[in-house]
Amino acid sequence: MATTSAPPSEPFRLSQLINDTRYRGATIQIVALILLMLTFAWLVDNTIQNLEALGKDFNFSFLWTSAGYDVNQRLIEYDSQSSHARAAMLGILNTLILAVVGCVTATVIGVFVGVLRLSNNWIVSRLMTVFIEVMRNVPVLIWILIVVAVVNESLPTPRSFKGEETGAFVLTNRGAYFPEPLFTNSLGDIDVGGLFLVSNDFLMFVAVLGLSIWGAGKMSEWATKRQNETGVRPQILLPQLALIVLPTAILLFSLGFYLGYAELKGFNFKGGTFVRDSFIGLWIALSLYTGAFIAENVRAGVQAVSRGQSEASAALGVTPGRTMSLVVLPQALRIIIPPLISQYLNLTKNTSLAIAVGYMDATGTLGGITLNQTGREMECLLLLMAFYLVVSLSVSGVLNWYNERVKLKER
Amino acid sequence: MMFRSILGAAVASFVASTAFAGTLDDVKAKGYVDCGINTGLVGFAAPDADGEWSGFDVAICQAVAAAVFGDATKVKYKSLTGKTRFTALASGEVDLLSRNTTWTFSRDVDLGFEFVGVNYYDGQGFMVPKELEVGSAKDLGGATVCIQTGTTTELNLADYFRANGMEYEPVPIETNTEAQQKYLSGACDVYTTDASGLAATRASFESPGDHVVLPEIISKEPLGPLVRHGDNQWGDIARWTLNALVTAEELGVTAANADEMAANSTNPEIRRLLGAEGGLGAMLGVSDDFALNAIKVNGNYAEIFDANIGPETAIGLQRGLNALYKDGGILYSPPFR
Repeated sequence: MATTSAPPSEPFRLSQLINDTRYRGATIQIVALILLMLTFAWLVDNTIQNLEALGKDFNFSFLWTSAGYDVNQRLIEYDSQSSHARAAMLGILNTLILAVVGCVTATVIGVFVGVLRLSNNWIVSRLMTVFIEVMRNVPVLIWILIVVAVVNESLPTPRSFKGEETGAFVLTNRGAYFPEPLFTNSLGDIDVGGLFLVSNDFLMFVAVLGLSIWGAGKMSEWATKRQNETGVRPQILLPQLALIVLPTAILLFSLGFYLGYAELKGFNFKGGTFVRDSFIGLWIALSLYTGAFIAENVRAGVQAVSRGQSEASAALGVTPGRTMSLVVLPQALRIIIPPLISQYLNLTKNTSLAIAVGYMDATGTLGGITLNQTGREMECLLLLMAFYLVVSLSVSGVLNWYNERVKLKER
Repeated sequence: MMFRSILGAAVASFVASTAFAGTLDDVKAKGYVDCGINTGLVGFAAPDADGEWSGFDVAICQAVAAAVFGDATKVKYKSLTGKTRFTALASGEVDLLSRNTTWTFSRDVDLGFEFVGVNYYDGQGFMVPKELEVGSAKDLGGATVCIQTGTTTELNLADYFRANGMEYEPVPIETNTEAQQKYLSGACDVYTTDASGLAATRASFESPGDHVVLPEIISKEPLGPLVRHGDNQWGDIARWTLNALVTAEELGVTAANADEMAANSTNPEIRRLLGAEGGLGAMLGVSDDFALNAIKVNGNYAEIFDANIGPETAIGLQRGLNALYKDGGILYSPPFR
């Protein structure tokens, strides 16, 4: 007699949601999700209620009212009659420029120090160890304050230059002055959306130089082609140089290019390109601090490359320097990049300490004076969070894309 | 600092149980007044060697505590920067803000605070090193100016330089101490804040004589204590405590003679003020002798002024506008009746 082994089809019972392993996982996840959403709903509801209790509404119209305060470092057109939105934009640009130059210098410092720490020279490697440990074990805010205090206290004040002949570069305790490019036959500026004034001279310069470099590239291609066909590479170094230098030189000459030096007028130097003490302080402190972390990433990356690689390279007679730059570093890069992303993000977020030394970044304008003068904490802080989030996600997105490109392709 | 203000804002938004009415009950229940004061401004609010706070603004906190509890020590001080103070008050972190704060329309109306009066009529001034040989604020074109951020100061400054067609380089600084360091190192040519603050700051310099406060006063800065909007009883207590100090000066009641006056005076005004008749304290929800207790702490307005910032102190401020109306000033308290 044949017995059917079909499982008894029991009806679904509610208790199965917990007792049955087929459903339990999903049940727990859904419950957790509901709890999480309830928490958020409670927070939002609470905020709305409390804002109402304080008699405050939630709107962003304050952004279009006049800001009423001045900002020292202005990358876009701004005065005290401009809107809060423009002040915020100004702060955002100040944050971005600090983050960009900071990341670049931190990377350079990090790679140098990281590689030198692995040096066979005992003194060099110990020195680098001391540098790394000192830099990364003191809070970055302290470094920022120290560097700015050193600049403020040790460099001469502008008025101590009175009657002295100052050259192209002037270092004062308020910042550094560099020569600025000026043109006697200037082509004027164009206004981009009422935000930036872009110098036409600069655009011309970039266009001409770009074209020259593109031409020089083409010339190289042609030379390579000739080399492939005939086996002899034509001498193109001089024509290439001429192609790059001559048109630019002619352009600069016809525009009447000269360097404008800063001159002491009244309380401060006028003219020249001014880099403020607060910017210098933040730049140095953030680059050194983050550089120390990057150095450790670099060291880890280099040490992760198998010794056989450098031994093989040495066996082929490649010098140690070239071994590092041609064999080890390209392979180490794959390991270095992922932790490097978080160092860049850290640096970007650490720029918000700028207010401590009076640098007007996004936290100083939008999250500082604007917040304080308008009393719109929620709106300002939400905008600020959104800004840092967007910047951080963009940095991480770009670097992840780069990482995808350079990482080891496994088949 | 930033962290604190962000935290403060978060607290402001998310603390559910902040009560906006019944501050007096809350204060009585916890047994002390949370009072917001400056992070350190000699004469107005500064800690001594033992960490005890004292000063012109601190005296207001103590007077209010004495009015509520009959005991001036029942105060907890919170040092607040120009930026964090409003968030702290709005969120209920402090019950009373007595931190040389300028009474302005937007703070009163838009931020939702209630100024209970003016304890110091001030105006914004400039301080420069003597060696600069600047005689007037009109000569400051092109100067680097240190400002305490988060105050009305930076708005006045922008207006003043704009109105006079001068350029300047603003350096916003978070606290008075940092601004002082910047100014003294020569990283700024000028330091600007309320004239009283300048005098107090200068008094703490190694050689105050090397610095001058310029004659121009570019704004009106009525400084006063404030509370949250919407709790009239608590606002009244703070307001009438302040008024009691002014009235006491007017009537000649001092810390030394207050008890004796309350017992023996025949002047009905003094008797009402000190709670011997009229039952004014009960209407306010505190004991009848609240003003007596407040006055006994540091004395009347004149005594507080003289002890902390008056001509005899290092700060050396004259009464000026802050004299009683009958002495040529504009200090004028509504009557106690």
